[in-house]
Amino acid sequence: MGVSHLGFIVAAYAVAALTIGAMIAWVVLDGRRLNAELARATRALDGARRGAKGARP
Amino acid sequence: MVNLANPTAFVELTRRVLPWLAAATTALFVIGLWLSFAAPPDYQQGETVKIMYLHVPAAWMATFVYAVMTASALGTLVWRHPLADVAQKAAAPLGAGFTFICLATGSLWGKPMWGTYWVWDARLTSVLVLFILYLGLIALWRAIDDPGRAAKAVAILTLVGAVDLPIIKFSVDWWNTLHQPASVFRLGGPTIAPELLWPLIVMALAFTCLFLTLHLMAIRNEILRRRIARVTMLAAVEGDRLAPGLAAGGA
Repeated sequence: MGVSHLGFIVAAYAVAALTIGAMIAWVVLDGRRLNAELARATRALDGARRGAKGARP
Repeated sequence: MVNLANPTAFVELTRRVLPWLAAATTALFVIGLWLSFAAPPDYQQGETVKIMYLHVPAAWMATFVYAVMTASALGTLVWRHPLADVAQKAAAPLGAGFTFICLATGSLWGKPMWGTYWVWDARLTSVLVLFILYLGLIALWRAIDDPGRAAKAVAILTLVGAVDLPIIKFSVDWWNTLHQPASVFRLGGPTIAPELLWPLIVMALAFTCLFLTLHLMAIRNEILRRRIARVTMLAAVEGDRLAPGLAAGGA
């Protein structure tokens, strides 16, 4: 096997590893961000509901 | 039986299934890569055949993911399944990723074997069209604000684009191409030696499990995104209801 061919093999595995890594990172980081955002939105809703209850005569 | 049409039940199911799927994916990749590097070189291509263990499973996944999206598009338009458009939206970036791996590794395999990184041959061009389709579908989702309208538009475009799948599969038979004809899924059985076929099968299973894992996670993310939109809207409605009361109290 020539060195140049080794370079092609290494490059192919590197491209695949980087792309798969990017796909995993996208899904995991998006999930974390959304979970945090949902917690924030739920707190905002609870706060609004408590405020509405308190404001009722 | 879990009701998969119920997003809450679906999220609960993914919570239980995902650790097992992730473990199976990791194990299959470890075994597949070990078998791939232990496999003998091809009598014509030498060690460059190692690129096949990435390129071929990625090519299979590129078309398989689009087939999943086509089924989801039917689910959206015909059966109006509540998770069909969610599954379709979640699959598109993954399909684009697998198609990119297929194109990039194919190009890196083509240079030492064919003497060129790219040729406008029917197989390569039809896979490039698939990649552009994935990017177009992702862009369409982002271009339309209303999720219901976006889902319908994307479903129609997905169904139109499905015509590319048989073209990809049969391009090597219909046209005279530089790309080799099918050597695994063909009438008469595979023409690859078993020493090279087994690592390929394990790597294909690893790629399939990777897709299933990431797809379930991406579907769960999309359900969360819609839940956030609903909760934010409810909070705004509660705030609006509170605001007149406060204004009246302050007057």
